[in-house]
Amino acid sequence: MPDLLSLPYSVLKPGGDAATALYIVSFSLFIIGIKRGTHPTTAKQGNLIAAVGMAVAVLTTLLLDGIGNWGLIVLGLGIGSAVGVIASVRVQMTEMPQMVALYNGVGGGAVALIAWSEIRHGISLGEEIPLDELIPVLFAGVIGSVSFWGSNIAFAKLQDLIPTRPLAVPGQQVINAVLLIGIVAACVDIALNNSDPSQGIFIAILIAAALLGNLVVLPIGGADMPVVISLLNAFTGLSAAAAGFALDNVALIVAGTLVGSSGTILTMEMATAMNRSVSNVLFAGFGGAPAGGAGGATEERPHTSIGAQDAAIKLAYADSVVIVPGYGLAVAQAQHAIKEVADELEERGVTVNYAIHPVAGRMPGHMNVLLAEADVPYEQLREMEEINPEMSRTDVAVVVGANDVTNPAAKNDPDSPIAGMPIIEVSEAQQVIVIKRSLSPGFAGIDNDLFYEPNTSMLFADAKAAASEIAAEISQL
Amino acid sequence: MSLFTEITIFVLAVFVGFEVISKVPTTLHTPLMSQTNAIHGIVMLGGLIVVGFANDGIEYVIGTIAIAFGTINVVGGFMVTDRMLGMFSKKSKPSTSSASRPGADGSDKG
Repeated sequence: MPDLLSLPYSVLKPGGDAATALYIVSFSLFIIGIKRGTHPTTAKQGNLIAAVGMAVAVLTTLLLDGIGNWGLIVLGLGIGSAVGVIASVRVQMTEMPQMVALYNGVGGGAVALIAWSEIRHGISLGEEIPLDELIPVLFAGVIGSVSFWGSNIAFAKLQDLIPTRPLAVPGQQVINAVLLIGIVAACVDIALNNSDPSQGIFIAILIAAALLGNLVVLPIGGADMPVVISLLNAFTGLSAAAAGFALDNVALIVAGTLVGSSGTILTMEMATAMNRSVSNVLFAGFGGAPAGGAGGATEERPHTSIGAQDAAIKLAYADSVVIVPGYGLAVAQAQHAIKEVADELEERGVTVNYAIHPVAGRMPGHMNVLLAEADVPYEQLREMEEINPEMSRTDVAVVVGANDVTNPAAKNDPDSPIAGMPIIEVSEAQQVIVIKRSLSPGFAGIDNDLFYEPNTSMLFADAKAAASEIAAEISQL
Repeated sequence: MSLFTEITIFVLAVFVGFEVISKVPTTLHTPLMSQTNAIHGIVMLGGLIVVGFANDGIEYVIGTIAIAFGTINVVGGFMVTDRMLGMFSKKSKPSTSSASRPGADGSDKG
C-alpha cells in the first residue's frame, strides 16, 4: 500500500490500490445511503451519507494521475454547481417530478458526451480499440442519448410546454423499429471496424438515439410519466455503469449499477400501482381515442353543482370526512388551505383523514411530501388499501384536484383505458364533494364518471380559493 | 481490471441494488428516486477523466459540458432530495390542532 502512505504528497495511480480503496469507501457510503433512504427516520441522514460518498469519489478522481486541464475542470464544476444550487433552491415542491426528469436528463447527456469523447480519443490514438472498451462506449452513447432526450420530453410534458396528451406519429412503431435496427447495425459496423472506427457513424448513432428517445416518450400520456421518468433513471444508471466499464472505473460501475437495479424495482412498483405493465406503458398510447370519443358527450351529462357554503354545511355536520388530494391541489398550492379546513372540522369533532393514492400527484410519494409541507400529521395520511374498506362508513369524501385515481370506470368499465387501475373508492362514501375547475378530463385524458353520479356534488373553483372559503364558512357555522 | 472482474462486480451490484431498496414506504419513493438520481451523477467522474486526455477544441468543449451536466445532476439531485426530506422532519413539531373528539357533534355550536 505505498500509494496510501504517500497520499497527500503525490497523485494517485488510476486503478491503483489507494484510488481503489477510496472508491470502495465511496460506493459503500452509497449503499448505506440508499439503505437509510428507505426508512422515514433515517432518510435525511442517508441522503447526506450518499452525498459524502460522492464527495469522496470526486476528490479521489481529482487526485488521479492524468487529470489535467484544470481551468476547464473548474469551469465545468463551477457552472454545474451554480445551476444545480440555484435550480434546487428555487424549484417549487409541486415541480419536483419535472426537476428529477431534468436532472436525470443532464446525467444521461453527460454519459453520451463522455462516450463521444472516448471514441474520439480512441480514433486519435490510431490503434485498434479493444472490444471490451468499445462495446460499453457504444452502449453508453446510445442509452445516454435516449435518456437525455426522453427525459427532456418528459420534463416538457410535465411542465406543460408540450401537450400531455399522447402524441403519436403515424407508423410510429415501424419508425421506432427501423431506428433501433439502424442503431444496432451501425454499432455492429463500428465494432467490426474497431481498428479504424468512423466518428461520423458514431455521431449518426447519437442522433438516431436522440430521435428514438423523443419518439418513445412523445406518445406516452401524462399519467404514465412517473413510470417513464423512473425507467429513464434506471437507464441512465446503467449507461453510467457502461461508461465505468469503458473507463475501468469501479466507482462508476458500482454506483451506476446500483441505480440501474434499484430504479428498475421502483419502476415496477409504480407500474404495478397503476395496474399497467412497463411494456404496456411504453408501447400502448394511453387514452388517445377514448378521450376524443368521450369529449363530445361530456357537455350533455347532468351533474350537481354546489357552492362553498353548502359544502361547508355538509362537512361541518358530518362525523367522518376523508380528503382525497390530487395533483390539482398541488398546482393550486392548496395544501395549507385544506389543512385549515381539516383544523376547523377537527375543532368540531369531525374525524378527518387523507386518502393517498399510490400515484397521487405525479409521482409516488409526491402527495405525502406536499402535505407534510403543510404540517398534516403523518397518522392522518392513509394509504389506499387501508382507507378503501372504510369508505362506506365515511359521511363525506372531498376530492380536491384528483381525478383519474377516483374514476369508477377503472372498476366498472372493462373497456376503459384505465380499466383495472386501483382507485380510491370515493363513490362508496355517503356523499362526495369534488372541488375542481371544470368537468375537463384529467391527466390520463379520459372522462370521469364520478362527476355524474347522484351522490356527487361538483364545486367548480380553484382548489385554494374554495378551501379557504369553506374553512371561513365552517368557522361561522 | 480484467473484464470478468468487472462483470463480477456488476452482477453483485445488481443484486445489492435489488436487496437494498425493496419494501420502501410510498412516502419515500419520490425522495429515494431523487437520491438515486443524484448518485448516477457520478458520471461526472468520467467527465473529469476525459477532460484530462482531451487534445482538441471539440474535446475540451465536450468534456467541459459533460462535467457541468454531471455536476448539475449531483449537486441539484442531493440538494433537492434534502429539501424534500426536510419537509418530513418538520412533523416532529406537536400538532397545533386539537385532537379529534369522537362523538362530539358540531351542530350545537351553530
